[in-house]
Amino acid sequence: MPTAVAASGRGCIRPLHSSLGVPQHVRNHTPPRPRHGRRRSGTAAAAPALAAAAPAFAAAPAAAPSRSAGHGPAAFDEVYRGRRIQGHPSGGGHHGGHHGGHTGHGGYTVLIDGEELHVMQNADGTWISVITHYDPVPSPRAAARAAVVELQGSPLVPLATA
Amino acid sequence: MTVRKNQAALTPAEKRRFVSALHELKRSGRYDTFVTTHNAFIMSDRDDAERVGHRSPSFLPWHRRFLLDFERALQSVDADVTLPYWDWTADRTPRSSLWAPDFLGGTGRSRDGRVMDGPFARSGDRWTITVRVDGRDFLRRNLGAGGLPLPTRAEVDSVLAMDTYDMPPWNSGSDGFRNHLEGWRGVNLHNRVHVWVGGQMATGVSPNDPVFWLHHAFIDKLWADWQARHPDSPYLPGGGTRDVVDLDETMRPWNDVTPADLLDHTRYYTYDTDTDTDTGTDTASS
Repeated sequence: MPTAVAASGRGCIRPLHSSLGVPQHVRNHTPPRPRHGRRRSGTAAAAPALAAAAPAFAAAPAAAPSRSAGHGPAAFDEVYRGRRIQGHPSGGGHHGGHHGGHTGHGGYTVLIDGEELHVMQNADGTWISVITHYDPVPSPRAAARAAVVELQGSPLVPLATA
Repeated sequence: MTVRKNQAALTPAEKRRFVSALHELKRSGRYDTFVTTHNAFIMSDRDDAERVGHRSPSFLPWHRRFLLDFERALQSVDADVTLPYWDWTADRTPRSSLWAPDFLGGTGRSRDGRVMDGPFARSGDRWTITVRVDGRDFLRRNLGAGGLPLPTRAEVDSVLAMDTYDMPPWNSGSDGFRNHLEGWRGVNLHNRVHVWVGGQMATGVSPNDPVFWLHHAFIDKLWADWQARHPDSPYLPGGGTRDVVDLDETMRPWNDVTPADLLDHTRYYTYDTDTDTDTGTDTASS
């Protein structure tokens, strides 16, 4: 058997010192900038549609965004293409590593129909998810919308599934 | 000695044996352990924390070792099989022989992205997607969707011209060869190819698509090509870097191999283009 199997337990490979969000100095290292049209790839279909679909649902729940520790994007809660997508800062309380929990990836949690979508913030401030891992978008909401497009109605599998 | 060949040059028999070995690894359950490992690293490698497999200097040696493990697993099934590589600057359309039914099969149907032909179509019942991030258990692709082209040879050459291996902050924000090859910055090579294929290849469980190995074998070859162009440029960082694998530090999950151990691919295999100098044929053992 490949030695790689040893890593399949999520707990043993999770960084032991995941920090609270991306530090300001890291996020600012490289200013966000256009990326050679990559935005027109997997998430292209989302852009025109969200303009029409999102506002009808987004307003109420997202009306009271809570900011966490002065950085990171605001919370959101909307129905996008028939899926409920939610996001909120994970707060400053988690201390990473051993718990194997799902929160705290970049200090921000995203849910699709109540199931967590693993998201991550890049050093330049852009976001990716496990569904569209190689195609950064500007915000966790955009990552959630891109995942909805990609899922085509399929449910997310809980993160720990292996 | 293992020789990794351009996929476009494989004989029909070589394709058959490669596919058969993949089917056997899948049947035995070994294949899926690789998918699991890859996704675990995808989710844990972070720009602001410990990072090993991705978005860090060890992206290249980590995947070199990962592919070596996989190739050895294939060879435990059929000793004559080696990993082919896909030069996506040359074979750059869905009509490439790579995607023919006698090899990897083609793109997915429009309704749900489901691959309908070839040895890895769900209907063949030999390629069920079990390590997955959503409910779908069939291989999906969306080759070239969105009109995003694969990288060109000129774009590859522009990255190979960079003479510094990697730079602080040693993550997706870095300048230098590694991050431009990985694709978080600049013309975007490796990441863009994942997106071009679509389906599972665009996700953290990308090794579910066998093209993952052919893509990464070419990325690995580009590292070797870069070394040949910049013989005096070392792997960086050389030591003492928090959260990052330095030259002589061991890498998870193996914990017994360092980037330094993996710099010279000819210790393990050669490429069909390695015509020059000292690829001693008398050291013929894998």
